[in-house]
Amino acid sequence: MQKLDIKMNINGADVEVNVDSRTLLIHILREELNITGPHIGCDTTHCGACTVDLDGKSVKACTIFAGQANGTTIKTIEGMANADGTLHALQAAFKDNHGLQCGFCTPGMIVRAYRLLKENPNPTETEIRYGISGNLCRCTGYQNIVKSIQVAATELSQQEAAE
Amino acid sequence: MNEQAPISRDERVKKLEGLGSSRKRVEDVRFTQGAGNYVDDIKLDGMLFGDFVRSPYGHARIKSINTEAALAVPGVLAVITAADLKPLNLHYMPTLAGDVQAVLAEEKVLFQGQEVAFVVATDRYAAADGVELVEVDYDELPVINDAFKAMDDDAPVLREDIQDKMEGAHGTRKHHNHIFNWQEGDKEGTEKALAEADVVVEEMITYHRVHPCPLETCGSVASMDPITGKLTVWGTFQAPHVVRTVAALITDIPEHKIRIISPDIGGGFGNKVGVYPGYICSIVASIVTGKPVKWVEDRIENLMATAFARDYHMTGKLSATKDGKITGLSAHVLADHGAFDACADPTKFPAGFFHIVTGSYDIPVAHVSVDGVYTNKAPGGVAYRCSFRVTEAAYLIERMIDILARKLDMDPAEIRMKNFIKKEQFPYNSALGWEYDSGDYHTALEQALKAVNYDDLRAEQTENRAAFERGETRSLMGIGVAFFTEIVGAGPVKNCDILGLGMFDSCEIRIHPTGSATVRLGTISQGQGHATTFAQIVASEIGIPAEAITLEEGDTDTAPYGLGTYGSRSTPVAGAATAMAARKIRAKAQMIAAYMLEVHEGDLEWDIDRFQVKGNPELHKTMVEIAFAAYSLAVPGLEPGLEAVSYYDPPNMTYPFGAYISVVDIDVDTGVADVRKFYALDDCGTRINPMVIEGQIHGGLTEALAIVMGQDISYDKHGNITGGSLMDFFLPTAVETPTWETDFTVTPSPHHPIGAKGVGESPNVGGVPALSNAVHDAFAHKGLTHTQMPHDHWRVWKTAQSLGLTG
Ligand code: FES
Ligand code: FES
Repeated sequence: MQKLDIKMNINGADVEVNVDSRTLLIHILREELNITGPHIGCDTTHCGACTVDLDGKSVKACTIFAGQANGTTIKTIEGMANADGTLHALQAAFKDNHGLQCGFCTPGMIVRAYRLLKENPNPTETEIRYGISGNLCRCTGYQNIVKSIQVAATELSQQEAAE
Repeated sequence: MNEQAPISRDERVKKLEGLGSSRKRVEDVRFTQGAGNYVDDIKLDGMLFGDFVRSPYGHARIKSINTEAALAVPGVLAVITAADLKPLNLHYMPTLAGDVQAVLAEEKVLFQGQEVAFVVATDRYAAADGVELVEVDYDELPVINDAFKAMDDDAPVLREDIQDKMEGAHGTRKHHNHIFNWQEGDKEGTEKALAEADVVVEEMITYHRVHPCPLETCGSVASMDPITGKLTVWGTFQAPHVVRTVAALITDIPEHKIRIISPDIGGGFGNKVGVYPGYICSIVASIVTGKPVKWVEDRIENLMATAFARDYHMTGKLSATKDGKITGLSAHVLADHGAFDACADPTKFPAGFFHIVTGSYDIPVAHVSVDGVYTNKAPGGVAYRCSFRVTEAAYLIERMIDILARKLDMDPAEIRMKNFIKKEQFPYNSALGWEYDSGDYHTALEQALKAVNYDDLRAEQTENRAAFERGETRSLMGIGVAFFTEIVGAGPVKNCDILGLGMFDSCEIRIHPTGSATVRLGTISQGQGHATTFAQIVASEIGIPAEAITLEEGDTDTAPYGLGTYGSRSTPVAGAATAMAARKIRAKAQMIAAYMLEVHEGDLEWDIDRFQVKGNPELHKTMVEIAFAAYSLAVPGLEPGLEAVSYYDPPNMTYPFGAYISVVDIDVDTGVADVRKFYALDDCGTRINPMVIEGQIHGGLTEALAIVMGQDISYDKHGNITGGSLMDFFLPTAVETPTWETDFTVTPSPHHPIGAKGVGESPNVGGVPALSNAVHDAFAHKGLTHTQMPHDHWRVWKTAQSLGLTG
């Protein structure tokens, strides 16, 4: 099997790994690099539990080979907190608004919401619902997730205005 | 050492964050940072991966298995088959229902996806390569995928292993594919009531096969320490102690040498109650290889092979007077249990608590009879976010009563009001033998009708129907009313057990000298937030702030024995154990405080977080002060320390209830049923954490929506599963999911120490009939009586077409 040397910047750190050409990014993250925040919830690209932010896009890490991530910059839930160690507005909002229960969808959901709010800092409820429709949650019924994202959007735009 | 500036009583209460507080969840700090620890996150030195070879057929004889090519794959270390397990007597395992289930298929496969061989390799890719190369030679056999044909004279024998065993776990089997017949109630009396009634409605109502499908699939990591002989298994277990006992029974490893750990669990909803071949195979593989072995199923395997729910074909007959007073109910169920009877029900109840089927109504006489049969489908029969078979029962009665209302030309709300058990009838003995603890149904439904402006909705519907006739709209409005009574909190040891283990639960509390506490439970959270809510119970009972209380569960080496979390039993049973253990602490604390204050125990009264001298609250000792004293003072006649354990055997079940109303708009040309409004009023007794309760209701309602509008684990005539991946199995996204409105009344349980009843599963039980009734209601004026779920676009369109409504 072909082996590839790949380089990525993950959560601000440069990493180099040697991977099989067929290995999926999610398995390299979870099993080689011990970045276990992104989860695996399906095998048909439906659930979004594996979502990472790759070169400024939400990407399902189960549906891309590690080799394809060569040279990219990746953010996972582990890199979401603010530089000073405090929780990112989305993390805080999910916590404060009961936006999670079992927590299995949460890393993918927050990473997806992060990109959504970058693309659309002031989304309507419908835009949020469509924006996270690639991420499934089996526990919350989405209501408090939507609310958490709304609260985070407000908080982030206030932070922005203050800067 | 009393406080300098005394704070008010209100502030003291608030500081505890006890019962009734919408306390933020302590779990979430970890989960929002990706620091959860789920089974697949576990990584041990030298860990191997196991993966299954599964049957492609629904029913076939295995002629041969050739593992040679698989073993030649680099990284593949072993391929385990039934032939390897048989000498160890591990090729079959006991199920929770008194049957056995093949761990690896021996001579035949009985359902598509059945486990045939277990490939163990150094990584998951090598294991998958090995799986590809195991050659299994099959002879296909005729398939039974229709429960109604299972007991035909010429039906093929499915279970050859028990072909001659006509005495089953629940009495005599009347056919080789029959599992049991179970009955309750007064058969003759019911027949008489039906024969003499003014009106009788009859309907065959199917609650189709679905799957709990938690976002995390099932898995385990087994590690046998060859030196100490101790086996540790991490896994997705909703009932870790039960798993330990089963493991001990089948492996002959004594229970003290087995440690079962449920780490964080990514949702369960019943899927993780059972014991699966993957768990056993990972254990065997670890023993064989001397290395830790991980098995994690993928989503397709999860939907195909682990624990379906429902699959009940229910024929109901409901009789009434001509003014709508119900006089009797009979129900016959044909229960499709799949290839092995692996239902997770208390042992004495092979149909669970289906006999709650008289629901919220004062029905004088009733009879139920349930026949379980084998088919070529996956085993299971778990309570998918409901108490054992309660959701099937609620669906039957709530559909039947609507059908009766239609026949009598009565409003669905009115007929329910007319037949409710009245407040003053509680405790109420139902015709099928349950003692309902408490309820106030009229108040709840009245509140619900008012909240949704029910009369206005009906007027709008009348207008909508007229507009439809005039050709001004292609959309029909349906209003669904459902009123359910759940039965949860299994349960009293005298009649509830699993494999002989009484269904009590347990709690151990240790108060530390500086006034913080560690609490350990026999249950396990799968997202319900136990670490948050159980601390609240303790906080209110003993006056230590919830934030100073750490809760642990899910490790059999440290947790007291308990039967686990499912059937909404944690709050009613373990919650009660928690309160009782806390009360033991408080009783001892009172003696210590009396000694400290040099008064008689009887002169003290409890106030929020302290014992104070009656009539002189200035003289008091807080629980924090008492805790230190417990470890520092020599109190005559008292042992040092402040700890307590309670094993709680509940005197009765609890009976949460609720009134749900939904409004759907159905586009007759596309069959799309859009949920415009959903109002859920729940009464779960005392509310421990309203925020968590509401979250549970949102989630349960979303699952109800999924079941009603699309989920379907179905099989084609060859035995192929046709709903076995997320390509076909409906999980609603945020787009299909409506905004849920929640409301409540509070009718505490009189026999529970804090009056709580449990809530996690009510929304599924009530949500399914509320939504299904709404879809039926949209077409009721066109003569629709009943149509089977799921009400997906295709089926709804077919219904509209059959009623001549499509263009
Ligand atoms: S694991 Fe489900 S989309 Fe990636
Ligand atoms: S919180 Fe459990 S899947 Fe979303």
